Amino acid sequence: MNNLKTINFMRLRKASYVLAVILMIGSIASLAVKQLNFGLDFTGGALVELNYSEPADLDSVRTTLREGGWDDAIVQNFGASTDVIIRLSSDDSELGNEIARVVKQQDGSEVSVKRVEFIGPQVGEELRDQGGLGMLLAMAGILVYVGLRFQLKFAVGALAALVHDVIFVLGFFSLLGLSFDLTVLAAVLAVIGYSLNDTIVVFDRVRENLRLMRNADLEHVINVSTTQTLARTLATSVTTLLVLSALYWFGGESIRGFALALIVGIVVGTYSSIYVSNGLLVNLKLTREDLIPTQLEEVDDRP
Amino acid sequence: MLNRYPLWKYLLIVAVLALGLIYATPNLYPDDPAIQISGASSTQTIQQADLQRIEQALNEAGIETKGAELSSNASSGLVRLIRMSDQLPAQDIVRRTLGHDFVVAQNLAATTPDWLLNIGAGPMKLGLDLAGGVHFLLEVDMDKAIEARMNVYDSELRTLFRGERIRYRSLPHQGTALQFGFTDAAELSAAQRAIAGKYNEFQVTTTSRDNMEVLRLALTDAKQSEIRNYAVSQNLTTVRNRVNELGVAEPLVQRQGANRIVVELPGVQDTAEAKRILGKTANLEFRLAAEPNAPRATVETFEFRDGMGRPPADIERSIILTGDQVTDAQSNFDENGQPQVNIRLDGHGGELMTRATRNNVGRGMAVLFIEQREVPRTVRQEVDGVMQEVSVPTFVEDKSIISLATIQSTLGNQFRITGLGSPAEASELALLLRAGGLAAPMYFAEERTIGPSLGAENISSGITATQIGFLLVVLFMVVVYRGFGVLASIALSFNLVLLLALMSLLGATLTLPGIAGIVLTLGMAVDANVLIFSRIREEIANGASIQRAVHEGFDKAFSAIIDGNLTTLLVGVILFAMGTGPIKGFAVTLSLGIVTSMFSAILVTRALVNLSVGGRDLKKSWKLWL
Repeated sequence: MNNLKTINFMRLRKASYVLAVILMIGSIASLAVKQLNFGLDFTGGALVELNYSEPADLDSVRTTLREGGWDDAIVQNFGASTDVIIRLSSDDSELGNEIARVVKQQDGSEVSVKRVEFIGPQVGEELRDQGGLGMLLAMAGILVYVGLRFQLKFAVGALAALVHDVIFVLGFFSLLGLSFDLTVLAAVLAVIGYSLNDTIVVFDRVRENLRLMRNADLEHVINVSTTQTLARTLATSVTTLLVLSALYWFGGESIRGFALALIVGIVVGTYSSIYVSNGLLVNLKLTREDLIPTQLEEVDDRP
Repeated sequence: MLNRYPLWKYLLIVAVLALGLIYATPNLYPDDPAIQISGASSTQTIQQADLQRIEQALNEAGIETKGAELSSNASSGLVRLIRMSDQLPAQDIVRRTLGHDFVVAQNLAATTPDWLLNIGAGPMKLGLDLAGGVHFLLEVDMDKAIEARMNVYDSELRTLFRGERIRYRSLPHQGTALQFGFTDAAELSAAQRAIAGKYNEFQVTTTSRDNMEVLRLALTDAKQSEIRNYAVSQNLTTVRNRVNELGVAEPLVQRQGANRIVVELPGVQDTAEAKRILGKTANLEFRLAAEPNAPRATVETFEFRDGMGRPPADIERSIILTGDQVTDAQSNFDENGQPQVNIRLDGHGGELMTRATRNNVGRGMAVLFIEQREVPRTVRQEVDGVMQEVSVPTFVEDKSIISLATIQSTLGNQFRITGLGSPAEASELALLLRAGGLAAPMYFAEERTIGPSLGAENISSGITATQIGFLLVVLFMVVVYRGFGVLASIALSFNLVLLLALMSLLGATLTLPGIAGIVLTLGMAVDANVLIFSRIREEIANGASIQRAVHEGFDKAFSAIIDGNLTTLLVGVILFAMGTGPIKGFAVTLSLGIVTSMFSAILVTRALVNLSVGGRDLKKSWKLWL
């Protein structure tokens, strides 16, 4: 029924499971050992971003801070060699302003304060809890929606792909020690939405083809459906990756983590919507009957 | 016929596009940097002459102005400047020119033409990360709120017992319970009779210990949560009033969660000043002046608040009521043209006032102003398993008299304080009385200051990213889908206009993550087109005629588009509901983007396709189309 040469995706199903399991174990191990490098939003503390008129001398800033008695301050470049970010844990809401004052006093007119942030420890903790809760809620909502709109086996497949994507992105950030802040969390939640979108387009095709191709077995139906939607899956991934790379390169330092999380999420999301969610449909033994609403048999017990 | 739309659909699309363009237009007019001037109190207004004086002073200092205007109700004035960098020096100059009677704030003045404003069109609000400014998260100290209320009950009950000639002994509070001791059961039951039916907010129990009958009144959970709620909403009102006193344009004051208040002050850079005014946790106590022969133990001596130049006065220890029961205070003039302050109390406060003043006409009544100064105190405590010195905010109370007046008659829930020296004194007193409405102290749980240069940087990098992202998507679509790709790109720009219009119309706030949401939407919006176009190609590969394939392509892709978008919308809504600040901004643009992209990618692309290829014979040129 189709001129496209069907690609046998499911042949690699077993191998893809092995890969997925390895990635998951790796990510979870990194999360357990290295943990996430939580940003200020989640840890609480004080942050000062400075802009120097010439490339900043980080060591002199560190010395200034050490003389001020802030030994545990982290001093880093932020995006450009002229931009410096100072972070330290504290529960004094005035500290950031004080540091800004001291550094300004030391370095005079060469430095301007771009931003000062203070987040109380309790707020950070709450944001972390809220973020985790949001992620669980999003997944639960999706399970219910896909369960109702398709069927429970589809929902399980979609959810497994989501969990896979989210854990991978978290693991990626953990392994590379990238700062995980509120915007990255938002990106991870958007990955959930994106990856699901991908999965659903394929599912929609599987559902359609299961009805059309009466005699084909499930693996073949999935191969055909995936082949048919492949062009679209790749095209959409490419357009999304294009805009995200624009964001990554031109959107400024504070949005870079966000863009990166989405880029990683979309790459694994594309792969997982083919292998994890579809593969699981095979393992869960999806049948045509699953898609036909069970009809109540009429019972006539008159003699 | 296939692939033809009825006229009304085209008209609808044109109408939506026209509306979208109109409501997105205001965003093209950049804001002017400006200085906003308003009176420090309600009686102080700004005049046209003041504005002229300011303009002159600015011009003398070499700062160019674009114009000055009074607001429609003459409560504030606005001086527009040419250069952003002039704002800070201009603010100093205006302050020096006008003196202390005015609040001078930096502002951004919209330049939207009047005809657009008249139809409700205005630019999007910019979040703090784009506009620059200060963000505070204040946390209300609930324990203090309850403690303060307990003190009021304590004095109330003592007065009651004294009035009934019941001999009691004050015992220390036990958590949220008051305790009174009595020498024998008869006194105890007299006390129980006295309070019977009047204090349902307490759970009353009795015990006996140390040869004493103890009456224990524990505040019920319901009442405690009522007090907490009241404390937050009362503080919210007070913070709002104080923020208005700061004279910041378009401030945001909002309750967040059970015990927090968010304050956002766009354009403000001087956090110290803002914090001083917001963090001034003040309260009021109304007490009777002590009689000359009163025992020392029942009397406290207080100074008058600065600048009043009167000797300290003796005041009774017992409190009639506190500032959280003051609902309003306004300064104006009495029938003889003398300044006065009208005070309004809530119902309970009115009763307490009546009871206290009924037998005390002719005596003095003092209003004490209590300021809570935040003093960090270091304590050693275990953090993450390590003993550390941690600084904990603690509060020190400063009490002073702001008014000592003679009670002329029994007072109810509305009364006035007269005999004030000047209108200025009256307005100051009214301000203090209103400001005293803070039901509990607050501390800063979060603080972010974003400099104006960072805001401008964020805007420009956001715009660059959007432009480049848009171009890349258009390039990809045209290369891969040719003529149809061009149509999709037109629909995509339509989508962008519509999204901006919708955000402006809904008064949504644009933040940096919001811009990221827009850019992401651009990439994902073409997904619907991609789905449709690949489907059309498939149908043609399966041997359908061109017109049939186009029709089927749109039809069959529909369910996948809806499902995919609805789930993303679901995520957007969850993000919006759960998120704070930056996440919310992202959720708004993502969700609105999905809505507009469904409209543009399905309806608009279809209309464009119908217009260009519908009903035509395209066998030869099809390669150019798709």
